[in-house]
Amino acid sequence: MIVDSATADRLAEAPHLAEVQGRSLWQDARVRFFRNKAAVASLVVLSLIAFFAFFGGFFAAFDNETIDFTLMGANAYKGVPSFETGHYFGVDSDGRDLFARTVQGTRISLLVGIVGAGVAVIVGTLYGATAGYFGGRIDGIMMRTVDVLMSIPFMFVLILMLVIFGRSILMLFIGIGLISWLDMARIARGQTLTLKNKEFVEAAVATGVSPMKIILRHIVPNLIGIVVVYATLLIPGMIITESFISFLGLGVQEPATSLGALIDTGADNLNNGTRWQLYFPLFFFVTTLFAFFFVGDGLRDALDPKDR
Amino acid sequence: MLSFILRRLAVAVPTLLVLVIISFALMFAAPGGPFSGERPPPQAVLDNINARYGLDQPYWKQMVDYIWNIVRYFDFGPSFQYRDRSVTDVIMQGFPVTLTYGFWSFVVAIVVGVSLGVMAAVKQNTWLDYLAVGITIGAQVLPNFVLGPILLLTFTLWLGWLPGGGWNGGQWQYMVMPIIALSTSYMASIARITRSSMLEVLNAGFIRTAKAKGLPMRRIIFRHALKPALLPVLSYMGPAFVGMITGSVVVDVFFSTGGIGQFFVNSAFNRDYSVIMGITILVGALTILFSLLVDLLYAWIDPKIRY
Amino acid sequence: MTLRTHLMAGTATALIALAGMAQADGHATHPDTGVALASEQVFTYRVGDDFPSYDPQLVEDVEGASVARDLFEGLMNDDAEGNLVPGVATGFEVSDDGLVYTFTLRENAMWSNGDTVTASDFVYGIQRAANPETASEYAWFLEVAGILNAGAVTAGEMPLEELGVRAIDDFTLELTIDAPRPYFPQTATFPTMFPAHQASIEANGADAMQPGKIVSNGAYVLSEYTPQERLTRVRNEMYWDNENTILEEVTALIIIDENAALTRYLAGELDQTDIPAGQFPRLSDEYPEQAYSFPDSCSYYYLFNHVSGPEALQDVRVRQALSLAVDRDIIVNNVLAGGQRAAYTFTHWAIPGWEIPDIDIADMSQEERNDQAAALLAEAGYGSDNPLEIELIYNTSDSHQAIAIAISQMWKQTLGVETTLANQEWATFLDTRGEQNYDLARAGWCADYAEPSTYLDLLTSGSSYNDGKYNNPEVDALMAEAKTSDDPMPLYQQIEQIASEEAAIIPIYHYANVLMMSDTLENWPLENLLQNWYSKDLYISAAE
Repeated sequence: MIVDSATADRLAEAPHLAEVQGRSLWQDARVRFFRNKAAVASLVVLSLIAFFAFFGGFFAAFDNETIDFTLMGANAYKGVPSFETGHYFGVDSDGRDLFARTVQGTRISLLVGIVGAGVAVIVGTLYGATAGYFGGRIDGIMMRTVDVLMSIPFMFVLILMLVIFGRSILMLFIGIGLISWLDMARIARGQTLTLKNKEFVEAAVATGVSPMKIILRHIVPNLIGIVVVYATLLIPGMIITESFISFLGLGVQEPATSLGALIDTGADNLNNGTRWQLYFPLFFFVTTLFAFFFVGDGLRDALDPKDR
Repeated sequence: MLSFILRRLAVAVPTLLVLVIISFALMFAAPGGPFSGERPPPQAVLDNINARYGLDQPYWKQMVDYIWNIVRYFDFGPSFQYRDRSVTDVIMQGFPVTLTYGFWSFVVAIVVGVSLGVMAAVKQNTWLDYLAVGITIGAQVLPNFVLGPILLLTFTLWLGWLPGGGWNGGQWQYMVMPIIALSTSYMASIARITRSSMLEVLNAGFIRTAKAKGLPMRRIIFRHALKPALLPVLSYMGPAFVGMITGSVVVDVFFSTGGIGQFFVNSAFNRDYSVIMGITILVGALTILFSLLVDLLYAWIDPKIRY
Repeated sequence: MTLRTHLMAGTATALIALAGMAQADGHATHPDTGVALASEQVFTYRVGDDFPSYDPQLVEDVEGASVARDLFEGLMNDDAEGNLVPGVATGFEVSDDGLVYTFTLRENAMWSNGDTVTASDFVYGIQRAANPETASEYAWFLEVAGILNAGAVTAGEMPLEELGVRAIDDFTLELTIDAPRPYFPQTATFPTMFPAHQASIEANGADAMQPGKIVSNGAYVLSEYTPQERLTRVRNEMYWDNENTILEEVTALIIIDENAALTRYLAGELDQTDIPAGQFPRLSDEYPEQAYSFPDSCSYYYLFNHVSGPEALQDVRVRQALSLAVDRDIIVNNVLAGGQRAAYTFTHWAIPGWEIPDIDIADMSQEERNDQAAALLAEAGYGSDNPLEIELIYNTSDSHQAIAIAISQMWKQTLGVETTLANQEWATFLDTRGEQNYDLARAGWCADYAEPSTYLDLLTSGSSYNDGKYNNPEVDALMAEAKTSDDPMPLYQQIEQIASEEAAIIPIYHYANVLMMSDTLENWPLENLLQNWYSKDLYISAAE
């Protein structure tokens, strides 16, 4: 649901990706990636945004929770962005420095994206690799389970979970991650099926290495390429999902915030004379997503030269 | 083919069962009940209400009764929140609305998305291509809860062209903004998928042959390239469908369309167990049905696939 | 199946005819004020959420009650100032002991199907509310009103006939209550006490309230109800006072997003909508004729957990300090900015006859308060080396959040108190609060009737709504005394004094209704504190 399944299918069908990738193959990929100007530019942009998110706080004149009581609520329209006041991005509707909040919101959004994608690919890879490695009945049961889970409207379940267990960033990570491990499991299984007949795996089996060890030591490392591509493609979807959750009012607890929550408040005040409250967070949101899309596409094309 | 359909439908049963169990478990774990309010009514009143809705039964019994009533009578029980309505009433009222604007959003997303994608691929690396790619990525990343108020301010307040919300039985004026808000990001995804698969197809051997034979480009595209290029779009339709149902929440909030998205979120917040269950099951069943349909369509278009 | 049903053709034709007349006339004027009337008498307003029910005996929210008041009519109505005026009853007599009320019903009151409204319809209605089978959430209201045996009947311990309501003849109704309650007649305006049409309810079961099936006795009949979208009611030709009803049609549009609603109001689609928090100053600048703020009888406050909260909050100095450090003026002027009033006492300032006692904290400047707060907190042993850490829970809402954020910052900036905010969704929140699993909690209370005890009862140890479990025998004793006192106001003032000295709660502000209303909408009861409004009293004036 988050990464279009066409991409997922394509990844699943790319047998050479799972081949033992020697140095040269990685090098080729790197060369191909760096030839893609959009992807390289996006990578630079992403690094800048990450720098902004993790170190922007040092440049802020205020922290993200201190309220300027003269610039809040009905007076928020006076909190225009200005270098003189130190509110580079203005203030939010509660009178807090929008720069500091955007920094912190970008950080949360990036974290949700990265950790969420991490959860999804880790769970998905292990699950898929296990199913693919054991094959037969186990594979059948495990993959039928995936089929069953795929038909569950997880967004609804996630909303229920957040409503019921209260909002917390941990719940968000887990919830969003769990929504999207299913595709990863399918991809990993497909790749494992081709890998498992390779000599080095057969050698390991012959010397009596335990199955779990084979999966962890020999199969999973060879899935890294595809995992990285898929994870990069997943991240923007995760960030969008988080923003939707924030729109429903189920995002992180104040005073922490996320880009989604900032955008939502900004959109509420669209006609209230404080448009910068929408523009700044929206700019970072859109730029981040743009960059992830291009980097993801670049990585995919670099590792899977079918397109060229 | 038939056995494939039957097999898929057979999987649907455990799926829905899992869904019911998960939702039931979540709801019983929830603090607070459907009838808690700022002024909790006296215990006697609560007892009456619980007895009326069967909430005084043990959990397993409630669940078994619930499933039995659906299987036997297709009865999803009464709504807890809307005292005068049953869940079936709620769904029958909200679902056609969601389905109507959802369908048109789907059509718009596919038609516009595919056209944009094909155009971008055919004119690869021209300004048209860049424009299309720019538009689609922009459309994909703009959250629809930002798009909603922008549309509302533009078309209702400033231009005064469209009514700002409501459904009115589905007159077109009331559907324009919901459709734009809902379809935009899917349109963008479809355009991107179409573009890349079209590029791939255009570089394939049989198209080169066709070009070499001097067939007109238009004919190559529509006769030969389009069909295989649309396969990835087809497999995207399943997830897009689910996403649209979720996205309908935003549409319902901003345009007061009264679809099931709003009912769902409202019910989740109000602990209206029976409505939550009803809608979750409905959406689950539709997802299964829809992905089956997509697979069949896939098989029909791509003769290589046999089930 | 569709819930959209249209009026019977006959009524529709009558409506068209009427509208035609008004148009032909062109210069229709209001009989009392002489204001020129608009040719189209249609009122459209926004409600923020769908109606859980508008069935009078099941109604549980303010908006649903407003619809029920249009569709049905009780014994008495409110006028624009909140005084009782005759409804179906022309008047009532009270027995000397104050326990028996005898209402005389008018003989020309009719149901929308032509049946006469009789005393037994009221008996049926009130019994229906108490009946355990109806399982009405508002059955407790009969207990508040004091109807004899209401609690036992609802609990199923007594038969319905034991309820203190009796039809003496077709037009005489006798209500018996358990103790003298001076506010009792007021409760007759509440939908729970409205009549019900037994024949149609029994014939139609669950569908009895659907358009086309509903039989009602109010000034309007339901013509259309599309859940989550709209509810429309039109003039009831059978209403006894139909000739004085001016509005032809009233529509409630269900619009969840308040900003979307405001946009639609500005686009002319609505005659009335709520103003989002903080936007009143701007809107009243731009639309001085349309932005309204008037008192709404609710109080906003924070609860201390007096039983299982942290040790620190059991110390009156800490509670005082937290209360003092809340700059109410910032909350009402900046955060809400809609004409709300800073509160230092619990009872809403606009309650008739209520005079706010002189409370020390109310007379100080904020600097003085902050200084005193810091001193008190230091005295209690909290400071930079031993900072106070507390958790504040509130239910999900933009304005509750804004207030919580502001107050937590006030505490931090003046007292160095670290506050953790916990935003909980409504049902969870109530559960947490009801079980005292919190340190501090947001709370709001609205008056059931216009008298201070509707608030102050919450400070007594016996109240089931006392979620802070504040317990002071002195307050309990004063409250008990006030129930039978001829002049309870000084007692109420004393209670407020004690509550303030002990910092039982942190009163924050008294609500106001902050609305945009079309300048052609006339006669809105701004002075009715409980906002019991009746569409039959409203009208649309001709635009200039």
